[in-house]
Amino acid sequence: MFRRSLNRFCAGEEKRVGTRTVFVGNHSVSGTEAYVAQRFCDNRIVSSKYTLWNFLPKNLFEQFRRIANFYFLIIFLVQVTVDTPTSPVTSGLPLFFVITVTAIKQGYEDWLRHRADNEVNKSTVYIIENAKRVRKESEKIKVGDVVEVQADETFPCDLILLSSCTTDGTCYVTTASLDGESNCKIHYAVRDTIALCTAESIDTLRAAIECEQPQPDLYKFVGRINIYSNSLEAVARSLGPENLLLKGATLKNTEKIYGVAVYTGMETKMALNYQGKSQKRSAVEKSINAFLIVYLFILLTKAAVCTTLKYVWQSTPYNDEPWYNQKTQKERETLKVLKMFTDFLSFMVLFNFIIPVSMYVTVEMQKFLGSFFISWDKDFYDEEINEGALVNTSDLNEELGQVDYVFTDKTGTLTENSMEFIECCIDGHKYKGVTQEVDGLSQTDGPLTYFDKADKNREELFLRALCLCHTVEIKTNDAVDGATESAELTYISSSPDEIALVKGAKKYGFTFLGNRNGHMRVENQRKEIEEYELLHTLNFDAVRRRMSVIVKTQEGDILLFCKGADSAVFPRVQNHEIELTKVHVERNAMDGYRTLCVAFKEIAPDDYERINRQLIEAKMALQDREEKMEKVFDDIETNMNLIGATAVEDKLQDQAAETIEALHAAGLKVWVLTGDKMETAKSTCYACRLFQTNTELLELTTKTIEESERKEDRLHELLIEYRKKLLHEFPKSTRSLKKAWTEHQEYGLIIDGSTLSLILNSSQDSSSNNYKSIFLQICMKCTAVLCCRMAPLQKAQNLCFILPQFLYQFFCGFSQQPLYDAAYLTMYNICFTSLPILAYSLLEQHINIDTLTSDPRLYMKISGNAMLQLGPFLYWTFLAAFEGTVFFFGTYFLFQTASLEENGKVYGNWTFGTIVFTVLVFTVTLKLALDTRFWTWINHFVIWGSLAFYVFFSFFWGGIIWPFLKQQRMYFVFAQMLSSVSTWLAIILLIFISLFPEILLIVLKNVRRRSARRNLSCRRASDSLSARPSVRPLLLRTFSDESNVL
Amino acid sequence: MTWSATARGAHQPDNTAFTQQRLPAWQPLLSASIALPLFFCAGLAFIGLGLGLYYSSNGIKELEYDYTGDSGTSNCSVCAEAGQGRAPPPPCSCAWSFSLPELFQGPVYLYYELTNFYQNNRRYGVSRDDEQLSGLPSALRHPVNECAPYQLSAAGLPIAPCGAIANSLFNDSFSLWHQRLPGGLYVEVPLDRSGIAWWTDYHVKFRNPPLVNGSLALAFQGTAPPPNWRRPVYELSPDPNNTGFINQDFVVWMRTAALPMFRKLYARIRQGNYSAGLPRGAYRVNITYNYPVRAFGGHKLLIFSSISWMGGKNPFLGIAYLVVGSLCILTGFVMLIVYIRYQDQDDDDEE
Repeated sequence: MFRRSLNRFCAGEEKRVGTRTVFVGNHSVSGTEAYVAQRFCDNRIVSSKYTLWNFLPKNLFEQFRRIANFYFLIIFLVQVTVDTPTSPVTSGLPLFFVITVTAIKQGYEDWLRHRADNEVNKSTVYIIENAKRVRKESEKIKVGDVVEVQADETFPCDLILLSSCTTDGTCYVTTASLDGESNCKIHYAVRDTIALCTAESIDTLRAAIECEQPQPDLYKFVGRINIYSNSLEAVARSLGPENLLLKGATLKNTEKIYGVAVYTGMETKMALNYQGKSQKRSAVEKSINAFLIVYLFILLTKAAVCTTLKYVWQSTPYNDEPWYNQKTQKERETLKVLKMFTDFLSFMVLFNFIIPVSMYVTVEMQKFLGSFFISWDKDFYDEEINEGALVNTSDLNEELGQVDYVFTDKTGTLTENSMEFIECCIDGHKYKGVTQEVDGLSQTDGPLTYFDKADKNREELFLRALCLCHTVEIKTNDAVDGATESAELTYISSSPDEIALVKGAKKYGFTFLGNRNGHMRVENQRKEIEEYELLHTLNFDAVRRRMSVIVKTQEGDILLFCKGADSAVFPRVQNHEIELTKVHVERNAMDGYRTLCVAFKEIAPDDYERINRQLIEAKMALQDREEKMEKVFDDIETNMNLIGATAVEDKLQDQAAETIEALHAAGLKVWVLTGDKMETAKSTCYACRLFQTNTELLELTTKTIEESERKEDRLHELLIEYRKKLLHEFPKSTRSLKKAWTEHQEYGLIIDGSTLSLILNSSQDSSSNNYKSIFLQICMKCTAVLCCRMAPLQKAQNLCFILPQFLYQFFCGFSQQPLYDAAYLTMYNICFTSLPILAYSLLEQHINIDTLTSDPRLYMKISGNAMLQLGPFLYWTFLAAFEGTVFFFGTYFLFQTASLEENGKVYGNWTFGTIVFTVLVFTVTLKLALDTRFWTWINHFVIWGSLAFYVFFSFFWGGIIWPFLKQQRMYFVFAQMLSSVSTWLAIILLIFISLFPEILLIVLKNVRRRSARRNLSCRRASDSLSARPSVRPLLLRTFSDESNVL
Repeated sequence: MTWSATARGAHQPDNTAFTQQRLPAWQPLLSASIALPLFFCAGLAFIGLGLGLYYSSNGIKELEYDYTGDSGTSNCSVCAEAGQGRAPPPPCSCAWSFSLPELFQGPVYLYYELTNFYQNNRRYGVSRDDEQLSGLPSALRHPVNECAPYQLSAAGLPIAPCGAIANSLFNDSFSLWHQRLPGGLYVEVPLDRSGIAWWTDYHVKFRNPPLVNGSLALAFQGTAPPPNWRRPVYELSPDPNNTGFINQDFVVWMRTAALPMFRKLYARIRQGNYSAGLPRGAYRVNITYNYPVRAFGGHKLLIFSSISWMGGKNPFLGIAYLVVGSLCILTGFVMLIVYIRYQDQDDDDEE
């Protein structure tokens, strides 16, 4: 997949080779004779779909791929080619309207994308050219350009860091907009270029960078920089992800940096990660399509029935061609089969409005406008980050009401990711700190509580390890040399755990003072400053789950400190004291703390020589660097001595427990994916009420499985057993047996990585969902309900619109005579009935917002597309059929008289149709009015406005002899119709009859709801006393109780 | 919409009632306490209206006579037989005699009714040229194609008025005679043939072409009458305000009926002694029998009808109102019972 996306973007004519060579500053390096300018993308970002030129064809093509639009196009073409009862305008105009509205919407969205692209592409950047700072637009950056980036600016393309304003050539970067991690990460410049921190000096640099071709993995980069100093001898340095500054990331806490562009435009890692805007279809749209097919079937049946009956009826010659209505010669000569076919098509055209052309537009407009409500919502607004909800696409709005599974990360999502050092254990002795700062020389009267005491040397070793084994940097407020005295030391690190540990060490008297010239400075308990030369950092990675540093003491000893997850450290220590520490670690994990084990080892100078060589070799490798490094690390981190363990608390997010509870009540299944120890995760799950006291846990972990000899058999057994248990309770929920953590009513499933891979033979992948978006989903319920209801309603509207037309065929000799005037056919969907339903779908809140947010159980009602099921669909369809019949036969019986007027004059067929149509428009609109429970002024305006518009339009349409019309059949029909008292009475009666079932149903529902609500409120009153306060205590108990049980 | 880092910063949303979806709203709840009185009121109103409609419909008198002449039932059967299979049928006349024992309350309207005649057939319904009928000279010479096969005559002249509707103009005519005293003379009852078409049709929609030298006949020169017509259109009536396209019979006929069984107004009886209605006595309708209906299995009827505020006799509306009104009240009672039941239940629950 990656390769495909690569080829799609910027497929150059040059054949892709494994690496690309970039010349820093585009200065050719004299050493290389064959300087071939490789062609790379420019730095333009294109996220937009259309350009001004291809918008029309491309957009039209995409729109006509939609079933309904294509269908109407076909109908339109049939109308143009075949002699049909209604003019092509009747379906052409609505189609045109629909296409236009959709095109405008999509055009607008694309314009926004263009604007955003432009904002990025035209933003100002500074490039060093000929030792001068040149101001340029971002899109003009070429690969090889040296770019200057200031603090808090985002990087305009992928850069290799050359130098920064700091002396050690580091800079801090936050990648919040790329991967959501807001902490600062440190990036390094290659040692040889650190000094080049002015425009002049950087221009003198002659270097070539060899690196791999662009690939989407944000955390992988392999490259090499060859620096040509004056001696013309190339110095090669390796480049890794820590040297690469990604486009989209932001420079923090560093004044400015210089970097050379290696990947630009659509080849940047960010752009490669950007998946195209494939159109997603919501379940609503899918079921709309399904119903569409049902209606298409009805339509075809109707047309077939009418065609058959027409030819049966016409078998009597005087019916086929009475003397008063003869055919033309041409008609007589037409082939009968052909005539039958065109008749069939004509009936199709006549009844085609059964499928509402504007429905998709209404749905789309609803989604589009509805998405504004999401981004406008104050409740989604976070003041801390100054951001509200951001709607990326409006395609799936209503799916927010259909969420079944929520996947959540633990750290940073359920928990705040702000760590606090709680306690540590040294050689099996527990040290629990009190949250008070202490400079602590004396251990006797200090506020530190020692349950027991370990050997003094071990203690200091442990604390030194905490102070040294990390990647924490210090940000001094002043650039004054020697920040020793500065009271405020701000620690910066990519991992909050490390900061917590360093701060923890400080509590016990060991203060980390920062790096100077590759030396780490530590102030010990006796206020002496110790310096350690940092030789190597073996960075943390998720596979090893540990990190190490190799330092040289002032005495010249070389030490390796390692810290990592217990499972990663225990197998690598030769210590016999594991057992003691293990108890501590496990107890801490049970309490929900994050635990780390600390180990150390002394390295003999000879060994170090070897290690050093291996490390440098591995770092320089261009191919398979990761594997090589891993192998070296693996060799180094063996035979260590365990010193102790730490416990760090990660606080639960504010209201995490309430949220999880609400999600449960809403019937969602929450899966937590975490890299923490199982016990830690389990207790967090209890704390955030993912598991409750009465939840029966089904464990599929190494612990439960390893009890028996043969893992597979035991696993199989367990699976069968659990499955039986679940099947017994919930016949349908076999799926819950699959992955990670799930909570199913009373059952919780725990599964760990090794067991999972045993089941799936693949490793556990962790996808994380944002905590905030979960909250959003609960709140979005009301909108979702609305979209769901809309579709069947509007379809039904069209059924009762077209049914009289169908019935009329029985009375006009199946001659495809339209009942309604073409103008009414055209306007019905786009003007008379579309706005009220749109307003209804946007504004209706048939359950109060506060009720919705406070009672998550309501969510269950609508999940699984409950509102679009067969039941409501059939109900609406039958109701519409009833109404259509009432409209037609009511008017039919009304016309069984000589005259309807008191002056004895007679009405014709267009008056008949207009009466039916008037009843129809009023009924449909008033029905919607009956369903509306939330009347804002917009609803009033739109509903009454639509009716007024209908009346006004009818007067207007019938009031003028239209010069462009062939037939003036509606001339004064409407006005004449209203001059009859009987007609008024009939219209009122028919509207009332049609609405009668609806009114009845609503009243009955209200009676039921009122009594139900009364019952509910009684029950809740008694419930709330017992249920409400239980939230907090449980949370507290899981933390306090279990830690006291020692 | 965008994945650029710089364009992301959303600002604090506006705190207005609209954006926060907290617009003030009227939330009516159609509860039983509102709906029940509504049902009863509506029911009563409907029953009242229904009674009124029913009685005024019952008060309307209708007198109809089928003069198709099938199987020798009336003296028109002669004409029917004579016209059988001949097109055009020969001129023929017959009569219908009846007597009124009492006054037929006026004003009385004379209708003719055709059955099984599909004026609403699509091919028939579009076969007209409204531009021609509005007196446009160009349209007069060039009728629209929809008029085919009544667009051009055999000689190639444009037909005016063109189309199947005009060609099939109803051409029976009636005169009403009244014998006041038995054995007395039959006096012709004046039939008002004006004012039978819609005012807008007669005054606006239908217009004669501009006169040529003051003559309507010259204006129609170069056109042919529809093939079934015996007279050209400008000779439909001697009255210049009732001839040509604005002949009222023609205008009435051109308003196509909704259903295959339809009535059209022929005349109003409102002049002289007959303004109050038809007094008792013997009557005879002389019928000029021209229009062939048996060919398509149709019937022709002649109807005298009085008209009330609600139009002609139509029991449907009254009955429908009565039924719906009763239904309302019935439902009201049922709902009342249901409501009381629920109320009781709730009370029990609360206790």
